[in-house]
Amino acid sequence: MRVIFKNSYDNDINLFEDRVHLLKYAVLLLAALVMPWVISAYYVGELTSVLIWSLAGLGLMLIAGHTGQVSLGHAAFMAIGAFSHLALMLRGWPFVPALIASGVVTGLAGALIARPLGRMSGIYLAIATLALSIIIEDVAIVATPITGGIAGLFAPPIEFFGLMIDRYGTPRAFYYLCLTVLIIVTLGYANLLRSPTGRSFLAVRDSEVSARALGVNVPRAKTVSFALSCGITGLAGALYAHQAQAVNYESFLVLISITLLLQVVVGGLGSMHGAFFGAFVVVLLPQTISMARSFINTNTPFNLGAYPGMDTAVFALIILLMIIYEPRGIYGIWIRLRTWLELFPLYRKGMFRRTRTYLKTERMR
Amino acid sequence: MSLLQVEGLSIHFGGVKAVDNISFSVEPGEVFTIVGPNGAGKSTIFNLISRLYEPTSGRIVFDGRDITRLPAHDIAGIGIARTFQNIELFDHSSVLQNLLIGRHSRRRTRWYEDMLFLPKVRRAEREDRPIVEEVIDFLELAAYRDKLIAGLPYGVRKLVEIARALSSEPKLILLDEPASGLSVEETIDMAWWIEDMQKDLGLTVLMVEHDMSLVSRVSTRVLAVAEGKALALGTSAQVQADPRVIEAYLGRQENHE
Repeated sequence: MRVIFKNSYDNDINLFEDRVHLLKYAVLLLAALVMPWVISAYYVGELTSVLIWSLAGLGLMLIAGHTGQVSLGHAAFMAIGAFSHLALMLRGWPFVPALIASGVVTGLAGALIARPLGRMSGIYLAIATLALSIIIEDVAIVATPITGGIAGLFAPPIEFFGLMIDRYGTPRAFYYLCLTVLIIVTLGYANLLRSPTGRSFLAVRDSEVSARALGVNVPRAKTVSFALSCGITGLAGALYAHQAQAVNYESFLVLISITLLLQVVVGGLGSMHGAFFGAFVVVLLPQTISMARSFINTNTPFNLGAYPGMDTAVFALIILLMIIYEPRGIYGIWIRLRTWLELFPLYRKGMFRRTRTYLKTERMR
Repeated sequence: MSLLQVEGLSIHFGGVKAVDNISFSVEPGEVFTIVGPNGAGKSTIFNLISRLYEPTSGRIVFDGRDITRLPAHDIAGIGIARTFQNIELFDHSSVLQNLLIGRHSRRRTRWYEDMLFLPKVRRAEREDRPIVEEVIDFLELAAYRDKLIAGLPYGVRKLVEIARALSSEPKLILLDEPASGLSVEETIDMAWWIEDMQKDLGLTVLMVEHDMSLVSRVSTRVLAVAEGKALALGTSAQVQADPRVIEAYLGRQENHE
């Protein structure tokens, strides 16, 4: 087991607690950089999806996992991000300013909505945000000048310092673009969590009354958290628009909101890692299921082709089992696995029983 | 001059007069205890002082400043910290993080500066940490510094809540039943901590407590309340001997005949 000797307060302030920790993330980054050259173009596309969903998941994680406010409406903010980004690009804005503007617009929309929503909590907040998700479908049709109406909008190719980036033409370049955005957001997020702002979010999540007594302006903290959360999700929406090449009112249905929430819950509510783990599940699990299905169809006498909806059912079942047996999500499994490796052979079975508690977000009050 | 002055404070919930025209003042450096039977309005007085409730009438003056209309989140900043009857810690954070949240009222950075982690954010973090460490030393919490609250025993959590209040460098600390749920030994320890806070840190303590052994040991003055009204004020012995207080706790003798 690795013991870290702390000899300065900076040990606790720094992003990486020591060189080994930094090295692990350097290796991970290197792997992420090399990956597109190892796998086929199709899987580069899939991996790009994972990056985009990680980004959207990070957005939701900030509000649901770290500030304790459930949102079933984050597809709405993906939509705002995507439409505002494309609308600006089609009006001649270059990619980078349009992307930043879409994040800002979505963040402002989130801040605007946070005021009334901040008064609600638990199931009522979930219902209100769910309503948002439904409203946006109609807004996407009605606001034709921005959203292109029923036909929607097509994503123009990205021109980046003379370099043309296109999801199909140059999948690797698009992958690196998404990776860059994701890394910048992740660093900003990690900075928030190690500073007073992030701590005030955690305070609001775990006990609003003592947060107030300690000097946290709770409505303000919720507004900032909502705005940042929506801003991040808006960026994901903008990238998603390029990934999907075209977006319309059907691109951001309620199902996307629910999938996003499942992503952060399955990944592990209350940890940044959870958003990433969850993204792998959300993107790759349907793939895996359909691969398993065709394997069974060809190699066994069973024919599952006759049962439509099987994929969704299996997906739902896995999520259900996950929530019952591992409320801390994949991140919880990861922590136990890591502890097992670090303590080998001294790991005891009941070590984490005590920490298996629910966040207030999950309890729905 | 008194540190805290409460003048004619009342709060009515519909027809219920939870606190009814209560006045008292807390002198600097004393341990002022409010006692009373369940439902007497003790915690309500605390919630009024920490501005979680809006008083129906009356005035609260702290350090020469009228705080009756101050928002709740500004109370910590002027030097009033508190603990809660049912521990309200941030369960999924470590002891250290809890105490750092206690520094929130002294924060100097804004969210976008935090997001970029500008040098001033690091500087602020470095300045906050020694203050928190002193509190950890003072309450002997070093062994629990990096432990999550969710796994800590009850007695330690009580102490962490006091530590979190102390981290904000208050002038007045409100302790809501610091000994509830503690064992006899832990209650004696709590009495030590309260005396240390008063003598070593020079804090003024306003406390609600049921355990009369603790009350008599640490209190400078005691105020007895019942049904929202003040009954008696004086030293612990005086208040305990007051016939009105005995009546509030035990009922009148005639009732048993």
